[in-house]
Amino acid sequence: MNGELSEAAQVSEDEGAIEMGEWRRVNPLTMVAQGIRTLGGAIVPAAFILFGAASQEAMLGQVAAYAVPIILLIIAANIVPAWLGWYRLRYRIGTSDVRLEQGIISRSARSVPYDRIQDVSLEQKLIPRLLGLVEVKFETGAGGKEELKLALVSEDEGERLRETVRALVEDSDEAGAVGEDTGVTQGVAAPGRLLFAMGQGRLFTYGLFSFSLVIFAVILGAAQQFEFLLPEGAWDYVTDWFVDERYTDAGGYIDSLDLTARILGILTFLFTLIVVGLASGVVKTFVRDWDFRLERTAKGFRRRRGLLTKTDVVMPVHRVQALVVSTGFIRRRFGWHGLSFISLAQDSGSANHDVAPFARMDEIAPIAGEAGFSLPDGAEDWRRPSPNYYFDRAVISALVIFVIGTFGFTVAAASAGQMVPGLAIIAGIVLALIALVIAREFYLWRYDRHALDPAQVLSRRGWLAPRTQVANRVKLHSVEIAQGPLGRWHGYCNLNFGMAGGNFAFNGLNLEDARKLRAAVLDSIASVDFANLPR
Amino acid sequence: MNAEPLTQLDPGYTTVMRIEGLLITVPFIIAAGALSIANVLPAWAPGIPVLLLAIILVIVLPIKRYRSRGYHMAGDRLRVVKGVLFHADTVVPFSRVQHLDVEQGPLERAFGIARLILHTAGTHNASVTLPGLAHADATAMREDIRQHVKRESL
Repeated sequence: MNGELSEAAQVSEDEGAIEMGEWRRVNPLTMVAQGIRTLGGAIVPAAFILFGAASQEAMLGQVAAYAVPIILLIIAANIVPAWLGWYRLRYRIGTSDVRLEQGIISRSARSVPYDRIQDVSLEQKLIPRLLGLVEVKFETGAGGKEELKLALVSEDEGERLRETVRALVEDSDEAGAVGEDTGVTQGVAAPGRLLFAMGQGRLFTYGLFSFSLVIFAVILGAAQQFEFLLPEGAWDYVTDWFVDERYTDAGGYIDSLDLTARILGILTFLFTLIVVGLASGVVKTFVRDWDFRLERTAKGFRRRRGLLTKTDVVMPVHRVQALVVSTGFIRRRFGWHGLSFISLAQDSGSANHDVAPFARMDEIAPIAGEAGFSLPDGAEDWRRPSPNYYFDRAVISALVIFVIGTFGFTVAAASAGQMVPGLAIIAGIVLALIALVIAREFYLWRYDRHALDPAQVLSRRGWLAPRTQVANRVKLHSVEIAQGPLGRWHGYCNLNFGMAGGNFAFNGLNLEDARKLRAAVLDSIASVDFANLPR
Repeated sequence: MNAEPLTQLDPGYTTVMRIEGLLITVPFIIAAGALSIANVLPAWAPGIPVLLLAIILVIVLPIKRYRSRGYHMAGDRLRVVKGVLFHADTVVPFSRVQHLDVEQGPLERAFGIARLILHTAGTHNASVTLPGLAHADATAMREDIRQHVKRESL
């Protein structure tokens, strides 16, 4: 089996350059990668069950006899369909489209024409990476799930596929439109110019700012999921702890401590929480963004990242619809920001492509410039939304809190029957929340703003962690002014732009302002035809 | 550009909306009739809310809707206005139209009414619908816009 595999791999390796219009199969090692994955999924529970059974001595003899045949059966049940699936899957790089036919009994054939392919990206998970295989994705902008995927081909083959298809895509683009990048078709393999990279030091800082306590939720979830695997009596112990009031012992123990010890205990707890949160943030960041490199190649932006799952995404410059500069409210104090692109293609499930997740503004500006955008530099004519919008929002949220608070207060008062300190606390919390909501809306009104420059629309929203969005005027598709009953009463509206691949809206604008903006934007949209958009 | 007068929709559209309103009230009329026969309440009692609903759906809303809707077709863009409580005022430049539909339901066909649908590549407002046009107008507008799209692309 092994010899046969490597022989087959040899053959596909020797084929070299990609022939047009020739049916091909994916790399046979795919079966190994899939096998390892499914076996990994099957073996862990199997091992647990065997272990569980074996720990009861009476069962040991019976289990040992069956263990080997069972495991062999599992392996056989995986190999046959894997081989059939591999044998029945074929793809073709044709003159006008990419085709993929698959299915063991029911066949499906998918064809994606070149001028619909937005991007070709490569992804390498851990096991395929050890085997030197990649997954090739042809993205169509159809929302992620309906794209064409080739799993898995050898690394060289993936690279060749990508270059071939990308060259064909460019050709079909140029037949339809005259774009800014005519004549850039050559230089397919030209090495990129490094725009942005994150070293380990940067990653570590980024990780520290990505504080997350998700790990606790994961542990709890896993404990519930694999409850049956826990040593018998684990839950009983926990239940006993509460039912038998064993926790009073613990309470008594705490009672016996003096104040300093208690404070120390709480501090230790908080400290542990913070350390775990920071550590999980760092680990998550290292796994996701390891060796982050953003390059400008002849075709566009090329981003590579990942420790266990390596991804390699290339996004053509002209497909960038808008860019988003975001930050967090702590990292902002240290001058860290993140840049992402909005485009038609998807980036592992999210519509925005991270291109510089953690960078200084002076690193971000050149990248934005490369994409054909200019970041706000203070020369813009920033305008504020209507104060009525924030006033109404504050009133509505205060009312909601007030109603809920009053309800809670009444229920509590009725059950208490008399004035107790708890009631005062409830009233205080309600008042504090209302004050907070009002303060928030007030500050949002002070900080939210939008502007229009000759080529772009800009918006800045948020107070503690502002988010700046910049969209190209000619890449918008429609403009809508929407007004609810309150908006009509108080003279404000939402201005929604139709943008490919994302949302772009200014909320709570003065009606007059919105109309002026719309007229200006529409004039620049209407003057450039869709087919002549820089593609 | 907000000063331009909006073109009103075809008056037949009110009739279509009235019939649609009536169709919505039919189940309520049946339920009210059943309640009357069942003698749980005085026989006239269930009639009142149903009558109110019918007045709103058949008489008031169609007129309000008809008045609030309108469109304006300029040389290079179409503006669609709608909404009784929630206003929406959308402008689509012809140069961003991907494809066009003219649709008719059975009721609309009986009254010679059609919907014109403009599809754009945007995620928000991916398709903008202009209902209540006379069928001939709708097809004429479609041809107009199509000519425009074609000319611009050349």
